[in-house]
Amino acid sequence: MAAPLVLVVLVAVTIRAALYRSSLAAFISERVEVSSPLNAWKRVVEGLALLDLGVSPYAGAVFHETPLIIYLFHFLIEYAEMVFMITDVLTAVALYLAIQDFNKVVFKKQKLLIELDKYAPDVAELIQTPMEMHYTPLKVALFYLLNPYTVMSCVAKSTCAINNTVIAFFILATIKGSAFLSAVFLALATYQSLYPLTLFAPALLYLLQRQFIPVKLKSKGFWLYTMQYAALYLCSLVVIICLSFFLLNSWDFIPAVYGFILSVPDLTPNIGLFWYFFAEMFEHFSLFFVCVFQINVFFYTIPLAIKLKEHPVFFLFVQIAIISVFKSYPTVGDIALYMAFLPVWSHLYRFLRNIFIPSCVLIVCSILFPVLWHLWIYAGSANSNFYYAITLTFNVGQIQLISDYFYAFLRREYYLSHGLHLTRQDGTEAMLVLK
Amino acid sequence: AGGMAAAAELVLLVLLAAAGPGLGQARPDALREELLLSPLPAGDMAATFQFRTRWDADLQRGAVSHYRLFPKALGRLVAALGVRELHLALTQGFWRTRTWGQPPLQAPAGAELWVWFQPTVTDIDKAWKELSNILSGIFCASLNFIDSTNTVTPTASFKPLGLGNGTDHHLLRYAVLPREVVCTENLTPWKKLLPCGSKAGLAVLLKAERLFHSSYHSQAVHIRPICRDASCLAVSWELRQTLTVVFDSFAGGQGKKDWSLFRMFSRTLTDACPLASQSKVYVDISPKNKEKELLEVTPPPASLHEAVVQGEKRTYAVYDLLSNSLFNTSRSLNVQLKWTRPQDSSELPTPVLHAHRYVSGYGLQTGEISTLIYNTHPYRAFPVILLETVPWYLRLYVHTLTIITKGKENKPSYIHYQPAQDRRRPHLLEMLIQLPANSITKITIQFERALLKWTEYPPDPNHGFYVGSSVLSALVPSIIAMKEVDMEQSPLFTSLFPSSDGSSYFVRLYTEPLLVNLPTPDFSMPYNVICLTCTVVAMCYGSFYNLLTRTFHVEEPSRGGLAKRLANIIRKLRGVPPL
Repeated sequence: MAAPLVLVVLVAVTIRAALYRSSLAAFISERVEVSSPLNAWKRVVEGLALLDLGVSPYAGAVFHETPLIIYLFHFLIEYAEMVFMITDVLTAVALYLAIQDFNKVVFKKQKLLIELDKYAPDVAELIQTPMEMHYTPLKVALFYLLNPYTVMSCVAKSTCAINNTVIAFFILATIKGSAFLSAVFLALATYQSLYPLTLFAPALLYLLQRQFIPVKLKSKGFWLYTMQYAALYLCSLVVIICLSFFLLNSWDFIPAVYGFILSVPDLTPNIGLFWYFFAEMFEHFSLFFVCVFQINVFFYTIPLAIKLKEHPVFFLFVQIAIISVFKSYPTVGDIALYMAFLPVWSHLYRFLRNIFIPSCVLIVCSILFPVLWHLWIYAGSANSNFYYAITLTFNVGQIQLISDYFYAFLRREYYLSHGLHLTRQDGTEAMLVLK
Repeated sequence: AGGMAAAAELVLLVLLAAAGPGLGQARPDALREELLLSPLPAGDMAATFQFRTRWDADLQRGAVSHYRLFPKALGRLVAALGVRELHLALTQGFWRTRTWGQPPLQAPAGAELWVWFQPTVTDIDKAWKELSNILSGIFCASLNFIDSTNTVTPTASFKPLGLGNGTDHHLLRYAVLPREVVCTENLTPWKKLLPCGSKAGLAVLLKAERLFHSSYHSQAVHIRPICRDASCLAVSWELRQTLTVVFDSFAGGQGKKDWSLFRMFSRTLTDACPLASQSKVYVDISPKNKEKELLEVTPPPASLHEAVVQGEKRTYAVYDLLSNSLFNTSRSLNVQLKWTRPQDSSELPTPVLHAHRYVSGYGLQTGEISTLIYNTHPYRAFPVILLETVPWYLRLYVHTLTIITKGKENKPSYIHYQPAQDRRRPHLLEMLIQLPANSITKITIQFERALLKWTEYPPDPNHGFYVGSSVLSALVPSIIAMKEVDMEQSPLFTSLFPSSDGSSYFVRLYTEPLLVNLPTPDFSMPYNVICLTCTVVAMCYGSFYNLLTRTFHVEEPSRGGLAKRLANIIRKLRGVPPL
């Protein structure tokens, strides 16, 4: 399996190198869908230039990266293109290895449930076989590396790629079962962009499952493990933040990075829902709606944890998708990460109710984004409402996609335990409804 | 009768004694007024009025209650807020340095206020806010719009023009309002501060309908402490009110470039201000053509004055309004100049230092500010300090700053950059750049345009946003050596800036203000946007709520709803089998 992966990596690196040398690189770097005020490369260079001038990069309102990025690029600024290509490759390889391990876990669990007779007798066609799952890790790596969103993100040198790498390593560490590494990478991911905090719940559930600790609120073992994991996570986070303090000997980075993410002062248009909402907000309600929008990202975690506690990896997928849609400054790089997981759920295809419409919506909106931006900003013949409408449609498409996969997953679980051919009490074929 | 006479004498003596200090001793304050008329190279006419009140009192220390010539409003302001120097200028129009030559005192378009505070002031920002509000009331200008988003603290550009020991630049505040419009309602309170008002002296010429019908109009107030005498043991306060106006002679004069006071101001001078100790009119009659002939003015001047001003030797015709001989022949003074020979328009002398600034780029996302600085001196290089204040919503990227002279990169020897903070303070960029002789230096910096909240746009958002003029301060080397000026003896227009040595003169230039468009949201949409965005969020919430709280069930056969039963009844009536 290594050879096809190497081939995919080579193709991906070639495409990126070719695009770096072409004139499209400058055009893609300027696109607001690809680079946001949080992760634009222009701002990283500006922050380093300010540091050279003797001014703190956080003194202005231009630089919102963590000190880790300053540390990293202070030495690697000359090799920036290489760094971003390597991060993409690392993400793909990490996802590949993670899904390989995940497949083994899925098989083991299936075998256990079949032996325990938990499955209904006629669901043989629903059970996943090693044959059909052999190529899933490669497909995941392919989906990530050759996704146009990822390629554009890499060519624009958006630091979203680095965030994706950290999250991918976190997923790999979690699936391998190493609580320490998982906590360290999760702390790093939270430090980078704050929202991966919500991935604590799926990681905890997965590790508990792996240790065969039942998730019961009264169980002492559960609380002990949770406390251990939480302690590891919090300690790593504190250590990383203290290390960042020592870079510039000031806590300025906390309001500049986390205050910025949470309070959304910069209204540069992007593919998310926040910018136009806060541009047209009545000043009186500004604080209220900022709180509502931020809570919206975090509050799906507990209900999803309760519903999907047996399936933490799917929970992880849904959580990453929710973060990508509702975070304050989303970019297409964030979308590429959860889209890389779609091959893992390809067995759900038969239960997806309307996959055609969200896919078309996403493709058409991706094409319309630059067109309507040009019409608003350069041609002057459209106004901001056009771009805003495409933003809304794009997000509706994404939401439909995620909820469709969620529906299909739940439906398959129902069939697995109740049988594929459902009959009513009088023997006729039954319909399944969500009540 | 004898007793009555003695009592009357006593009363007279008492009165004289009371009035004695006023009559006998030298007065502590003095007013000098001056008008300088200079024909500009391009045929326009510049008139600079200066009214200088000098007051030998210590405004900071004492409880001064008796104000005579010094206006009470400004005196109380200086005393109460601990102001050391105050410079306020309200300008309409732009001084075209390239065609008009070096300005005697330039101000940027709009309103400019810069103030040095005393070291004893504890909260400078609070004092600054109070000061701008009080000045806004005194001059009927919207100076109350000066707040932290357009105030900066320059470190090198604005040194004190008066006395001062210690120059901690944290005591300095500078703000410019480029959008400010100057009109009659600003001129009237300015005229009211003059000791004679606009009733006598040179101020009778200041009529609004002529002054605002001009290419450039700038009125300023400068307050600064100066040495009381040569030993400089005590401090006096000097208030200068200057008004510069440039008339386009072609517009008024039916195509002829002849000018006269009456044609410019529609008034003539009749007398001097009785409170003034000096009241003079200077006309620049330096030769403009190759034969070095002095220009002819009528009536013939009583005396001529020669001075080296801004590196050039100039001759001035002097009319002293306080001399008895001036108004002997006619009751009014109407200075006139008729051009005897056509002026050589091809020989426009270029000033040694001039600059030009513009914004380039297309679209509403990014742009670039370019400043071109010209040094036309044939063999001398000199440094210039450039101060740029850019509002926060044009996000400057200092890594894109390039300075190119004669095709090569020119590194500034001093650079001070303070980045902006959103909605709190603007960008401040100060650089010391060496200008080689006979060169053009181009400074470019790129910026990104921000999208603001809909309430932050001004009433006409598509008009654009103004970026204030940038300031160039330089000591320009002069070709002719200049003597040190004595503040009291020399004309007012030569003693504006303190001269450090005879080989160079201080020049402060301002570039053009810029007008930049920002992308705008649709202002009619707040409610719609809230509804639509919340709908999308609710769609997600709704889908997830359904999937999280509901479970799958096998559908139980229902007996059919109301619609089905009604349909069956109709079918039975028709004779068709039921559903």
